[in-house]
Formats: sequence, structure tokens, C-alpha cells
Amino acid sequence: MKMIMAVVKPHRMDQVRDALTAIGVHGLTATEVKGYGRQGGHTEIYRGAEYQINFVPKMKLEVAVSDDLAERVVEAIREAANSGQIGDGKIFVYDLGSALRIRTGESDNEAL
Amino acid sequence: MSKNLYRAGLASLAVTLSATPAVAAEATMSGADTAWILTATVLVLFMTLPGLALFYGGLVRANNVLSVLMHCFAIACLASVMWLIGVYALAFGDGGGAQAFIGGAEKWFLLGVGQDTLSGTIPETVFFMFQMTFAIITPALIVGAYVERIKFSAVLLFTGLWLILVYAPVCHWVWGGGWLGEMGVMDFAGGIVVHVTAGTSAVVLAKVLGGRRGFPGELRPPHSPGLTMIGASMLWVGWFGFNAGSALAADGAAGMAMTATHISAAAASLTWAVLEYIRFGKASLVGIVTGMVAGLATITPASGFVGPIGALFIGIAAGVVCQYAVDMVKQTLKIDDSLDVFAVHGVGGALGTLLAAFFGATALGGMGLAEGTGMGGQFVTQVIGVVAGLVWSALLTLLIIKVVQATVGLRIDTEDEIVGLDLVSHGERGYDL
Repeated sequence: MKMIMAVVKPHRMDQVRDALTAIGVHGLTATEVKGYGRQGGHTEIYRGAEYQINFVPKMKLEVAVSDDLAERVVEAIREAANSGQIGDGKIFVYDLGSALRIRTGESDNEAL
Repeated sequence: MSKNLYRAGLASLAVTLSATPAVAAEATMSGADTAWILTATVLVLFMTLPGLALFYGGLVRANNVLSVLMHCFAIACLASVMWLIGVYALAFGDGGGAQAFIGGAEKWFLLGVGQDTLSGTIPETVFFMFQMTFAIITPALIVGAYVERIKFSAVLLFTGLWLILVYAPVCHWVWGGGWLGEMGVMDFAGGIVVHVTAGTSAVVLAKVLGGRRGFPGELRPPHSPGLTMIGASMLWVGWFGFNAGSALAADGAAGMAMTATHISAAAASLTWAVLEYIRFGKASLVGIVTGMVAGLATITPASGFVGPIGALFIGIAAGVVCQYAVDMVKQTLKIDDSLDVFAVHGVGGALGTLLAAFFGATALGGMGLAEGTGMGGQFVTQVIGVVAGLVWSALLTLLIIKVVQATVGLRIDTEDEIVGLDLVSHGERGYDL
């Protein structure tokens, strides 16, 4: 099993969800986060004064999938989140030790 | 209106007209005037609660929003009680031998003022309440200078002393029968009394207090421009009570003041936004509503004296001059008058007071200067008024700051400033973040 963690632009969330649903992913966890990468931050101007915004808002997704699905999930997220601009985000893949569905007690691939 | 009512109205009008010479001999209460000033009083209180509070609240960091609302609210309560006790007496009571400089020989706790006591054509209680709302918003304007870093006890002590030592005398000089009013200074609704005093005291206090942590390079931006816009819109509406109410009558002067007020606000907003677009490539919401406040503060002293075209010019001037004044205070002088009280209110109030000398003249569409007074002569009088308000406010504010520093202290420590005043001073948080 793999845990796929992706950081993407907030306004790409709907496309990502649609793409994952299309390949049979039935759930994910999303978190509002802030951070910086190559995009750096940006400046905002209020009453003539510049304010440096160093942390950019992003969405963090966590998707647990079986090994055979992992590569397609990564590709689906990449396509859905790609706008071609700096700041589109990154995708990380970890090995996942175990999984358990709380209600039924099913484990590992059964639980995904 | 039904025909009967219309006829009855005509009949009473006829009676009023025929009775005019007799009426002039003794003051009588006007129901129309009273109704309008009651309404205007409500509008001006609404400017502070919650208009100004929200306007300022949106401009600070999220962890200080409640403290700003609290400052405005507490100041409203404190000013009201002090107004009853004696600040009204000092501002508007007869001053006896010292009348040119201060009132205070009568009317403490409103003693001697009953239900039937009149002030002009309205009950004195209504005049008292109307003027009280001015005494509330003026120290509340100063909140913008010290947000995010002042002790709450300092806010209360400063405000209390400021009302006695700055607001009461200057208000008396201009409106209470004091020397500036006698000299012929034109200040319809408080360019000097409200905006020059508040603006000047704000910049002096900000200078002594020091900037917010991170000023000027590393500040956090306003946390809620939307809240600021909502508050600004309430200010705009409430300002009709402020300026048109200052006619103290439901008449043509009130109507013209309202017209001038609205046009100036709209023109200043547009001017600010266009100038911002030219300078920075974007017109911002915070910018356009700041322009609105500048336009309103600037028209305030002139509102009952100028025509609509004069108001248009005054608004345009406000949008340009106040915007550059913001840069001057923050970037050139490096004073963290955090929400630009001096640049918007002080500079705007002074600008409008000076321009009233010109746009008040009939030649420029105004209602006319005092008989025998030219624009030049009136301008000199206006300059004296502005300088007097400015110098008095600055000096007495320095004195008050010394008292506050020596007693409760002025500023919170750095650690508390990072946490924010909401938790540190009030034990609450505005948002669950």
C-alpha cells in the first residue's frame, strides 16, 4: 500500500477529485495548509504600503491506495492539478504499513 | 398624503407664516427640527457603534480584532458618562468670565435642564444627546493610531483626560461661544473640533508609543477588508446625521449639507481608486473606502457652506491629498499612525476647513461668507482655527501621555504583542484559528 500526499493549488481541488473518482479512488483527506516553494510569496498593497505574504495557501491531500493503483493516482493528480504555472505543487509517495477500517475491522487493502 | 391632511398642513403653514413676527420674539420648539435631530443622533452613534469599530476592526490582524471593537465600545460608554458629568458643561455651558476659552459655570450633570428647556428650536436634551455622539466618535477615531500594542487601561485613561483637556475646550472655542466662533471661524460639523483634534492627537500618540512590531517593513496585512467595507458603509450613512444634523434644523441647510456630504464622499472614493490604479496598477477595496472616509472628513467643516459643485472639488482634493499624506506619515516620517488617523482625518479636516473659505463664497457656488468678509480674510480666520486646534491638541496630548506613562503605562510588552490584545487584554478570541 502507498500513502500519496500531494500539495496543490486550492482552486484545482474539484478537478483532482473528479480525476480520482474516475479511476476508482473512493476517498481522500484534504487539509488547508500554507507554505512556500519556488513560487515564494507575493506582495499585497494596502494604502500604498507593501506587505510581503511569505506563506501561500495550498491544499494538502492524503490518499491511501493499493500498490497497483499508486502510479495511476499520481498521474491523475498531476494532470488535474497542472496549470503549467510555478506553484502547482508537489506529490509525495510513502510506503504504508497498515490500514484498518474502524467500523468493520477490515484491514489493509480491504480497508481502502 | 390624504387631501385632508394636506389641507390641514396648508392651514397650519398659513398660521405659522402669519405668526412669524411674534414667534421670533420667543423661541418655540419645532417638532420637525426635533424629529430630525433625534434621528441624526441615532445616525451619529451608529457611526461609532458599530461603523467605526468594524472599519478599524477589519484593518488589524485577526488576533486584535476584538480589542479594536472593545476600544470603540468602551470609549462610547466612558464618553457618555463623562459628557453627563461635566464635559457637556465645559463645552457648551456658559463660562462666565472665562467664556472665550471654556464653559463650565453651569449644567454639570445637566442640572437645571428639564424636559421643557430649549436649545434653539429643539429640546436641550436632544442637543445634549446629539453633541454627545460627537464626543463619542472623536476619541474613538484616535483608536486607529494605537491599535495592536496599547494597554486597555491606557486607552481609558487617555480618553478620559483627552475629553476634558482637548475636546471640551476646542469644542467650546468653536461651537460653545468661545473665541474661534466669535472670530468667525467656519466649521460646520467638526473639521477642527473633531477631525483636526483627533488626527493631531493620533499622530502625536503614535509617535510616542512607537510602531507596531515589524513596522514598517514586516507587518501583517489587514485581516478582513470586507469587514472594513461594511463599517465604512455605515460611516457613510451615519455621516448624513453628522453633517446634515449639524444644521440643527430640518431645513434647506440640512438638505444642502447632505447633498454636499454625499457628493464629496463619492468623488473622493473614485479619486482615491483611480490614483491607486495609476500608482500601483490595481484599485483596492481598502483604498476606495479609505477615500470615502477622507472625502467625508474633508467635507465635514464645509458641508453647510458649500454647494454641490464645491463639494465635488473638495472630494477630489481629499482623494489626492489624503492619499499622499498617508505616504508622508508612514514612509517619510516613519510614524506608525497605524490606521492613518492623521492622514485621513487630520489632513482632511484641515483641508476642508481651509477650502470652506473659498467654496463657501457665493462666487464659487457657496452659501455665502459673513457680510463684509472676503475669501482672503476668511482664509486667514480658517488658518488660525486649524493652527489653534492643531497646536492645542498636540501640546495637551503630550501632557496627557506623560500622565498615562507615569500611572498605568502605555504599551504592552513584546511577548503580549505577538499573542495579540484579544487574548492578552480581554481573554477572548475573535476567530477559532
